[in-house]
Amino acid sequence: MIKPRRSFKAPVYADCLSPDSFAGRSLKEIVKLEVWEGNRRRTLEELFDIQGEPEDSAEKITLQISGDLRKVRMIGANMTGGKIIIKGDVGMHLGEKMEGGEIIVDGNADSWAGCMMTGGRIEVKGSAGDYLGAPYRGSRNGMNGGAIIVHGDVGNEAGCFMRGGVIKVYGNAKDFVGIHMTGGEILIKGDCQNRPGADMLDGKIVIYGHVSSILPTFTIEDIRKSVKVDGEKINGPFYRFSGDLANKGQGRLYVSKERNPHLRFYEKYL
Amino acid sequence: MSLLIKNGFVYDPLNGVEGEEMDIAVKDGRIVEKINERKAKIIDASGMVVMPGGVDIHTHIAGSEVNAGRLLRPEDHFIDVEAKTKTTRSGVGHSIPSTFTTGYRYTRMGYTMICNPSMPPLEARHTHEELDDTPIVDKATFPLLGDWWFVLEYLQKEQIEECAAHVAWMMRATKGYAIKIVNPGGVEAWGFGRNVRDLDDPVPNFGVTPREIVRGLCKVNKLLNLPHTIHLHTNRLGQPGNYLTTLETMKCVEDLAEGESPVIHITHCQFSAFKGDDWSTLRSGAEEIAKYVNGHSHVTLDMGQVVFTDTTTMTADGPWQFTLYELSGNKWINHDVETETGGGIVPFRYRRKSYVHATMWSIALELALLIKDPWKIYLTTDHPNGGPFTSYPRIISWLVSTRVRERILKTINKNARKRSLLPSIDREYTLSEIAIITRAGQARALGLQNKGHLGVGADADIAIYDINPREIDLSREYRKVRRAFEKTAYTIKGGKIVAKDGAIVEAIRGRTFWVDAGSSAVIDEESYRRASLDLKKRFRDYWTVEIENYYIPESYLHAPVRISLTKEG
Repeated sequence: MIKPRRSFKAPVYADCLSPDSFAGRSLKEIVKLEVWEGNRRRTLEELFDIQGEPEDSAEKITLQISGDLRKVRMIGANMTGGKIIIKGDVGMHLGEKMEGGEIIVDGNADSWAGCMMTGGRIEVKGSAGDYLGAPYRGSRNGMNGGAIIVHGDVGNEAGCFMRGGVIKVYGNAKDFVGIHMTGGEILIKGDCQNRPGADMLDGKIVIYGHVSSILPTFTIEDIRKSVKVDGEKINGPFYRFSGDLANKGQGRLYVSKERNPHLRFYEKYL
Repeated sequence: MSLLIKNGFVYDPLNGVEGEEMDIAVKDGRIVEKINERKAKIIDASGMVVMPGGVDIHTHIAGSEVNAGRLLRPEDHFIDVEAKTKTTRSGVGHSIPSTFTTGYRYTRMGYTMICNPSMPPLEARHTHEELDDTPIVDKATFPLLGDWWFVLEYLQKEQIEECAAHVAWMMRATKGYAIKIVNPGGVEAWGFGRNVRDLDDPVPNFGVTPREIVRGLCKVNKLLNLPHTIHLHTNRLGQPGNYLTTLETMKCVEDLAEGESPVIHITHCQFSAFKGDDWSTLRSGAEEIAKYVNGHSHVTLDMGQVVFTDTTTMTADGPWQFTLYELSGNKWINHDVETETGGGIVPFRYRRKSYVHATMWSIALELALLIKDPWKIYLTTDHPNGGPFTSYPRIISWLVSTRVRERILKTINKNARKRSLLPSIDREYTLSEIAIITRAGQARALGLQNKGHLGVGADADIAIYDINPREIDLSREYRKVRRAFEKTAYTIKGGKIVAKDGAIVEAIRGRTFWVDAGSSAVIDEESYRRASLDLKKRFRDYWTVEIENYYIPESYLHAPVRISLTKEG
């Protein structure tokens, strides 16, 4: 059980809040782990109240974190196993570079959740911010494996530079879903704002809801009855586009036919 | 403060010292014959190697181009962060470290003098500001003059003396040290979307050929008696088959050489030693270049070693950077510096399994090993083009050990391995030769009188490495060599201990060397005055800034060292 002792004004970088850094340490050692609050160096115990039984391997550890965590960043960074359950809203960079294990958020997650992750699973019961599964700024090494499931909405540029893995969003998405993506699968159950798949080279984006327009650098291929995402069959029918031709891309963009009557004019090019 | 370094194995090739056990005395920042032992601080260097401070002839560490690279690559900072300590500032950057970090990292490796080889004259102010912020090490910077409109115009009219007066003005205005030429003519042609094909392809709008530019500036260099030779990045760099252009370039100034002294420095020669018609038929041209260099004394080279890592390429060679952008599909900066030069930046990763990259890796080592005289070739990576300068210790270990070369050969692209000349070369560098290619040779090529050696009167720039040359088997224990060269036991700069056991103990300021060619005997008051008048008159037509803002006064630099030229040098 982990609880913040007070509410934070400055961002707290707590990448040690992960099963991997707790594994093999006694409670006394754990509370002495280092975190940054703004530009100050602190120990975990100064900021958080921690209780529980220590374990030897990360796999066996479940961290339960609850409280106001909106300023707490990088929880579960680099984790390879175990489980983190978060009750409440959580700050940026959740599960950055995570390789395995599971993070469940009973609340909202801020931007950059699952950025650069290569494995494991993140489930957000609420909404997520911008840059879901994106790489660090300037880098092209986006999410390369694992799964991110968001029950609410997501912000801009979800799945930016994505190379592999799955992102499922049950709510709505803002602009630039799957921008620069080169692999992997994205499913948006709700509506999607503009320019999905911009600059995509490969990979799959499925939009079950409404899209206001498709980029002119995408070309329609055919109409499919259903599409598979992560082995799960989703019934359509869907318009299938490919692109982004501006960059000689071969990405697949599936858009629901039913919910997008304004895209009917594409049918004459079939 | 005085220092006495006792019982070290001293490697001082310029004074003919090869690993002899001796003491080095330092007083007031200089090396002296003797000091009062009781008053001096004693450094016990027994069982260690003592060398002059390292000198790097070619490393892009400052200026607008480097800074643009920093802006382009936040992800490069993210992977390499140095926290602040009591003596050092914090910093970031793997391939393009921030200025302070650059100074610290060079100091930790025992380097005390570094040269920034490409400075667009217009951006000299920025470059000097960054150089001033690069602590501890001494610096020099070379203005890019090979594609400057004034130079092209004078060379077209074959007015060498007028051209020399202008170059002298430019050296003074930008506080530069040597003439840098990048893809002569090609950078100018790139302003019009073109490149030059070879040495005799005339530059659009000027009619002057690259051959005339190289020869002209070589003559200017001799006339001004600059301490360094012309510093040349060849035409067609990075294109398969360019080794012929490189040979031709070296030949074209052969007749300008007098005696044994070099007249041309071909920089990052690896990139200019490609044989073949395209990327798939790429071969090493190292053998031909080495053969030529072994037979002639007017050329010096530096390696431009490629290291298998993620790095950032940046040159003034716009067309070549465009090619790299097309090859990699990566992000790219293209830049044109008014009438002077251009530039480009592309992040790049060299991969072991790529045929081309592995061949490039091999070519640089072949050059270093096939050129018999280490005074003619120097160790560089063309930082950050071939890899960051922090990989020098690794390259030293490759040069001293055939074992490690064989090990790496096993991991690289199969076809590249088959065609590499490395398995047939069993030369291994000695520590003395390492001292030549990392300091003595570079200092000599740069014409630095007080650097690169430990004779009486030299600057007390000393690196002490923790390896015992009497006990170590360089070839077998290459890892130890690498580790020793990564972190000095002591780095002494200007008589002060600045690093100990790989940690910075005092972050002093370094100095900036510049050449006052206006005082050269051939440039009399009158011709210099005429040149400045001519410039003033036409300045508004050529630049977007005013001449008053262009000229950098000496007082602008924190610690300038002015080298005044006379006819005798």
